[in-house]
Amino acid sequence: MRYLPLTDNDRHEMLGKVGLSSVDSLFSDVPEIARLSSELELPDHKGEFEVEKIIESLAGKNVSTADVPSFLGAGAYRHHIPAAVDYLIQRGEFLTSYTPYQPEISQGTLQMLFEFQTQVSLITGMEVANASMYDGATSCSEAVLMARRITRRDKVILSGGLHPHYRAVTETHTKYLDIEIIDAPSDLNGLEDLSKLISQEVSCVVVQNPNFFGHLKDFSKLAKTCHANGVLLIAVVSEVISLGAVLSPGDMGADIVVAEGQSLGNPLSYGGPYVGLFATREKYLRQMPGRLCGQTLDETGRRGWVLTLSTREQHIRREKATSNICTNAGLCALAFCIHLALLGESGFRRLAELNHYRAVQIADYLNNINGVDVLTNCFFNEISIRLPGPADEVVSKLASRNILAGVPVSRLIPNENELNNILLVAATECTSEAEIEKLSKALKDII
Amino acid sequence: MTHSRDLSKSSKEQPIPVNSGQSGHQGLNMEEALLFELDSKGKSGVDLPTVPKFENRLGSVSRDSNIGLPGLSEPEVIRHYTRLSQKNYAIDTGIYPLGSCTMKHNPRLNEKLVRLSGFSGLHPLQPVETTQGALELIDKTASWLKILTGMPAVAMSPAAGAHGEFCGMMAIRAALDQRDGGKTSRRRVLVPESAHGTNPATASICGFIIDTIPANDSGRVDIEAFKKQMGDDVAAVMITNPNTCGLFESDIIEISELIHEVGGFFYCDGANFNAIVGRVRPGDLGIDCMHINLHKTFSTPHGGGGPGAGPVVLSASLAPFAPLPWVTFDDQNYSLVEHEIKPTEKFPIGRLKAFHGQMGMFIRTYAYMLSHGKDGLAQASGDAVLNANYIMENLKDLMTPAFEGPCMHECLFDDGFLRGTGVTTLDFSKAMIDEGYHPMTMYFPLIVHGAMLIEPTETESKRSLDDFINSIRYLAKSAISGKKEKFIGSPKFTPRRRLDETRAARSPILRWNSVKAQSNESDEAKTNNL
Amino acid sequence: MSNRRYTEDHEWIELEGNIGVVGITDYAQEQLGDVVFVELPDVGIRLTKSDELGVVESVKAAAEIYAPASGEVVEVNEELSSNPSLVNDDADGAGWFVKMHVTNIDELNDLMDEVAYSSYILGLQ
Repeated sequence: MRYLPLTDNDRHEMLGKVGLSSVDSLFSDVPEIARLSSELELPDHKGEFEVEKIIESLAGKNVSTADVPSFLGAGAYRHHIPAAVDYLIQRGEFLTSYTPYQPEISQGTLQMLFEFQTQVSLITGMEVANASMYDGATSCSEAVLMARRITRRDKVILSGGLHPHYRAVTETHTKYLDIEIIDAPSDLNGLEDLSKLISQEVSCVVVQNPNFFGHLKDFSKLAKTCHANGVLLIAVVSEVISLGAVLSPGDMGADIVVAEGQSLGNPLSYGGPYVGLFATREKYLRQMPGRLCGQTLDETGRRGWVLTLSTREQHIRREKATSNICTNAGLCALAFCIHLALLGESGFRRLAELNHYRAVQIADYLNNINGVDVLTNCFFNEISIRLPGPADEVVSKLASRNILAGVPVSRLIPNENELNNILLVAATECTSEAEIEKLSKALKDII
Repeated sequence: MTHSRDLSKSSKEQPIPVNSGQSGHQGLNMEEALLFELDSKGKSGVDLPTVPKFENRLGSVSRDSNIGLPGLSEPEVIRHYTRLSQKNYAIDTGIYPLGSCTMKHNPRLNEKLVRLSGFSGLHPLQPVETTQGALELIDKTASWLKILTGMPAVAMSPAAGAHGEFCGMMAIRAALDQRDGGKTSRRRVLVPESAHGTNPATASICGFIIDTIPANDSGRVDIEAFKKQMGDDVAAVMITNPNTCGLFESDIIEISELIHEVGGFFYCDGANFNAIVGRVRPGDLGIDCMHINLHKTFSTPHGGGGPGAGPVVLSASLAPFAPLPWVTFDDQNYSLVEHEIKPTEKFPIGRLKAFHGQMGMFIRTYAYMLSHGKDGLAQASGDAVLNANYIMENLKDLMTPAFEGPCMHECLFDDGFLRGTGVTTLDFSKAMIDEGYHPMTMYFPLIVHGAMLIEPTETESKRSLDDFINSIRYLAKSAISGKKEKFIGSPKFTPRRRLDETRAARSPILRWNSVKAQSNESDEAKTNNL
Repeated sequence: MSNRRYTEDHEWIELEGNIGVVGITDYAQEQLGDVVFVELPDVGIRLTKSDELGVVESVKAAAEIYAPASGEVVEVNEELSSNPSLVNDDADGAGWFVKMHVTNIDELNDLMDEVAYSSYILGLQ
C-alpha cells in the first residue's frame, strides 16, 4: 500500500527484534471479545486513479459557484483567491508542520502568526488579536464567555441583526454556564435600539456590522452607553472585506471584535474549514482564549517568536482554562495572511470598493423590478430584498435555471412568517454586470 | 500552592556571536524581516480593475483613515513566505515523533481532490438540490466512521478534537438532564490523572466537576480506586484508549460496565485511535461516544496548528442529542436537517459552528479511507504499533521505559536515565533538534517524571526508524557519559537559538509596531545588522 | 522571621499583630521557574483557610495559591503586576502577595514552623 513503507521483510526483522511472531500478537492486551472476529463491511484499498474517479464523480454532482452566476452570502462569500496563495500554503513546510511548540524549528509559522495577529489588529482597529479560532461563530461564543469572566455578570444581549448561526452557536456553548441570553427580535429594518436593554446586570452586547440583513450602522453611541454601564460591546464582522471600506469596530468603540476571515484566502468549500478572528483591548489580554504568538529574543539577541501566555490554555490550566480550545485554524490563517499581504493597503481598499460598487449595481437593478423592494439603504456587499412571495421558492426556480440567486432568510430563520419573503443577495468582485442583468431578467420572469 | 513543574529555566550562558555573511544570512539559512518592514506605499501584489466613479451607500460609516497594511508585489510576497517556510520542520522534512499527535504522512491526492471546483466552489447555503455530491460525501464519510467504530450514529460538525469532546460531553449532559426530569443532579466526571488537558477543560464548560482517577503501577487506570469513586452522582467517565501512556486499558470493558451500572456515560477520547483502527471497534468496548481527530488518524494535514476536525460517534442512547445539522437520505435525495422540528424523537444540543462542518477535512478523510480500505487501515494500525515497539525495544537498554511490557502505537520513557547527568528532558529534546529531529512529546503525561512520549506512526520506513534510533542512542550515551556540552545551549544549528519565553510572557509583544517592540531589540541585534 | 508559619503547599504567613502577610516560599519559586504573572484577589474579599487566593504563573506552569488562614484581604502587593520577578528574587520578602486581617489566629497552630518546614522540603527532594 503506497503510504505504508514497511515491507514484509522489514516486519519480519522488526518482529524478530521485538521477540514476537506476528503483528497480531502486538495486540494481546486487547480483550479477546473486543478483537474483530469478522471482516468489516468496507471495501479494500484502491489506487489513486480509482479514488479520483469516485470523488470526482461526487464533485460532478454539485453546481459550483465558479460555474454559474452566484449571489450567495449570509456569512460566506465567494472571492477571487490569487494563485500565489494556494501555491504557498501547499509548501510542505507549511502544510505538514505541527503547532509551533518548538520555536527554534518553527520560526516560519510563528513569524507568520505574528504578522497575522498584526493584520487582524489593524483591520479591526483593536490593540491585540490571537492566532485564530475555528470560525466566526465559535469566536463569538468565546467572546461572550470572555465578557463574563471580565465583568462577572451573567446577562448577555444579542442583537436581532446577529447571524442566526452565531446566535445558535453562542447559545449552545453557554448553555450550562448560568448565562442568561436576551435575544432581540430580528432586525430586518436595521432600526433596533439596544440601549434600552442595557443595565448593570449585563456583561456584553453583541452586534454585527454589516448586520445579517445587510444594514450598516454606526455603533459609537451604543458603545458609549455600554461603557457608561460597565458593559462590553462585542462587534461581529462576517464579511471581512467590509473592513476595507467601513469604519472599523475598534474605531466605533468595540471592546472585543470577532470575525469570520473566510473571505480572505479561503474558498467557500461548502462551509469549512474557515478561520475565526478574535481581537480585543490590551488590558483584556490575559482573558483572551486561543493561541497567542509573542515576540522575544533568542540567546544571541536576535528577534524571534514563541507561543506565549500559554498558562491560560487547556494544556496547563486544565479545568480552569479560559477555553478548551487546542487547535487554531493554522493553514487557513496562513492563507488569510498571504492574501492580505498580496492585496496590501491599496489592494484591500480597492477590493472593498469594488465589492460595494457591485452591490450598489445590484440594488439599483433589482429596485427597478416591480414587486421587488430593496430594504437596505446603507450596506456593504449584501442587500436584503422583499419579494412578492416566498423567497425559497424563487431561489429554487432560479436554481433550475442555473442561477444561484441568494440566500432566503427562511433557510436560517424558518419560523418567522414576516421573513419568508426576504432574500439576501450578495455581490463581490467576482460578480459581473452581465450576471446581474441575468439575475434581474430571470427574477422579472418568475415574479 | 500546589507543586508545579519548572520548565522555563533559561540558560545562563553568555550569548554566542553569530557567524554570518555581510547580509546576516548563513547560506540557505536566511534572515527575513516582517511583512510590515518590507512595505512600499501603494504597492500591491494584485491587479484589480479600476472602480468607476459612483455614489456609495456606506452612510456615515465610510472608512476615513488608512489601515496601515503593508504593500508588496507578488515576487516579494512569494519570496517572503518561501523563506519563512524554510525555517519550519515538517513531516515532509523528517520524522515527527510527537506522542498522541499521530504525525503521519499527508497524502497529496487529498489536496488535489479538495481543490476540485465542484467542492471548493460550493457555498454552504446553496439549495440542497445543487449540492447532492457534497452531502453524499459527508454521508459516506460518516458511514465509514460508524462502521470502523461499531457505533450507530455520528455528529460530523465539530471543528476539532476539543470541540468534539465538547459535543460528546454536552450530549451526555443533555441525556442526563432528560432522564433525570429536567436538570440532572449528577455533577462528577471521572478523568484519569494522565488525561490530556482538554478533558477537564471540556467537562468544566459543560458544568461538571472533575474527579481524578489515579493510575496504577502499570500505567493504566487503577480499577480498584475507580470502583471506590463510583457513585450515583457520577455523570460520566472520560477515558483515552489506548491511553496517553501508549497502553491499552485492559480493564476497559469492566470500566464501561461499572459506569453504566451507576447510570453514567462513557466518553472515550479517540486521540489514539490510530493504534486500533481496523482491528478494534470502540463500540464493542461499551463506549457511549468518542471523538475522532481526523487530523490524526485520518491524515488531514496539521497545517502549522490547524484546521482540524473532530466528528463524534454516538451510541443509541446519545444519538438523539446530536447537534445540528445532520445529513439525511430518503432513498433518492440527500438533504440537511438544520432546525429542530417538533414534535420529535431528537433533541439536538444545538449548533456547534456556523454551516455544516469542516468539509475540506471530510474530503481528505474520505480519500484517505478509500485509498486504504479495510485492509490498508488494519495494516496501518499494525505497522504503527510495530514501529513504536521496535523503537522501544531498541532504546530500552539505555533509556528508562516508564512502564513494563509492550506498548501500543507510542512508547513512553521517563527521565530516570538522565538522573545525575545534569541533562534534563528539555535539554535532551533540544539536542535532538541539532541531530535533525523534531523532539518527541515532553513532560506529558504528567504522571511520569520528565516524560518522553514517542509516536512514530506507520508512515515511517524502517530506515527512518533506524536512523532515529541511532541518533537517540547516541544522545542517550552522550548524556549518560557526562558530555553535557552536547546538550546545554542546544539547539545550535537552527535559525534561532533557544528563545526567551520568560521575556515573551512578562512583556507581551503580540503585534508589530507597538512601542514596546521597537524599544526591546537588543543592541547586539542592531550591531549585527539583523 | 520567628513567627512565620508554612503550609504543605509552600505558602508562608507571618503575623504582624493580627495582620498576616502571605507569600510563597523560596523553594516554591525555585520549582516554578521564572514567574511571569501573579493573579491576586480584590481587596475586601473574605477567605476561609484553604480557599484559593490567587494564581502564580510561570512560563510553563500555573499554580494556585491557597489561603493559609481565614480572614479578609486588606492589601495586595501592587508591585507584582509590573514586576513579577520579585517573587523569584525575594519570595520571602518583597515578593509577598497579600496582607489579610486574620480572624482566628489559632488556625496558624496547625501550620509548620520554620524547622518543620525545612525538614519537610528536605523530604520532598
